[in-house]
Amino acid sequence: MRVVVNGEDRRLRAGATVADVVRSLDLAPDARGVAVALDGEVVVRGAWSSTVLSEGARVEVLGAIGGGR
Amino acid sequence: MSGDPLVIAGRELSSRLILGSGGFANHELLRDACAAAQVQLCTVALRRIDAGGESGPGRSILHVLQEAGVEVLPNTAGCFTARDAVRTAQLAREAFATDWIKLEVIGDDRTLLPDAVELMAAAEQLVADGFQVLPYTTDDPTAARRLEDLGCVAVMPLGSPIGSGMGICNPYNISLIVEHASVPVVLDAGIGTASDAALAMELGCDAVLCASAISRAHDPAAMAAAIRAGVDGGRLARCAGRIPRRLYAEASTPMAGLPSL
Repeated sequence: MRVVVNGEDRRLRAGATVADVVRSLDLAPDARGVAVALDGEVVVRGAWSSTVLSEGARVEVLGAIGGGR
Repeated sequence: MSGDPLVIAGRELSSRLILGSGGFANHELLRDACAAAQVQLCTVALRRIDAGGESGPGRSILHVLQEAGVEVLPNTAGCFTARDAVRTAQLAREAFATDWIKLEVIGDDRTLLPDAVELMAAAEQLVADGFQVLPYTTDDPTAARRLEDLGCVAVMPLGSPIGSGMGICNPYNISLIVEHASVPVVLDAGIGTASDAALAMELGCDAVLCASAISRAHDPAAMAAAIRAGVDGGRLARCAGRIPRRLYAEASTPMAGLPSL
C-alpha cells in the first residue's frame, strides 16, 4: 500500500496504522510534542494505534522546532 | 520583579518577558538565553518530523525548555489562512497538551504582516473550540478591539515587522491599544534592543515577546539579560508615572529667595 508521509511516498503493509508510521520515525508512541494529521484532520494520540491507513493516505507527523519572531 | 505578576486568562506568569525560540543557532544558546532572560514562557512551532532533523527523536527543543523550567507557548507560524491556522492550533494542542495558542496568520512572506481578515476568522473559530487565543496583530487599535471582542485572552500588536529590529514604529497606536484594552497587551515583533522593550513597557504594554533581537545578537545571553533589564525598567517607570512632556523648561529650583547679587 502506498501512502504519503510528510510529503514523501512510502510503501507500507496493508493494515498499517498511524502508530506504525510514528514508530517508523523512531518516535515512542507516548512521545510528547508529537502530533499527527491524517488527510488534514488531527488524529488524537489515543487513536493512533486504532487508525488504519488506506491507500493514498496523506500523513503528517509533526514535532516542535524553534519558532516565533 | 516578583510581586508584579502578569495574569493572562487567569494564569499567573512570573515574567513579563516571553521568549520566541526562533533563530537560535543551537540549543545551548537557547538554554542560556532562557536563563538570562528569566522567562516562564517560550514559543515553539510545529514542523514535519525528519528522523535526522531538529525535531527528531532525542533532539527536541522541548527537552531544552523543560530543563530550563520554561513552559511552551505553541504558535501557528507559517500559516497564511484561517483554515491552516486552526488545524495547526489543533495539532499543537494535541502535541503540547495546552489550549493556549499564539495565533499568527500572515499575509505575505515579504513583510510577514498579519492578514487581519483571516486572523479574525481563525480567532473566532479557535475561541469557539475552547482555545485560549493570543493573536499576533497589527498595531491597529480597532483590530485589537475586535480581537478582544471575539474572546481573545490577550492581544499581541507588532512594534514593527518580525525580525526587522525597527522597534516600535507607531508608539501612538500602541498607546491607544493599551488605553482601550481590557485584556493584557503583549508587544510582539520588531524589538531590536533593550530600549525598545523598555519603551513598550513605558507605553503600558503588559509584556514583551522577543526572539530575533536575542537569538541573532552577537551574544544572545547578554542581550537576553539586557532586554530583561529593559522590560523591568520600563515596567517600573510605567508604574511610577512619568512626568508629562513640555515644550519649555520648568525649573525645579524655586525662584523665591534668590539673592540680589
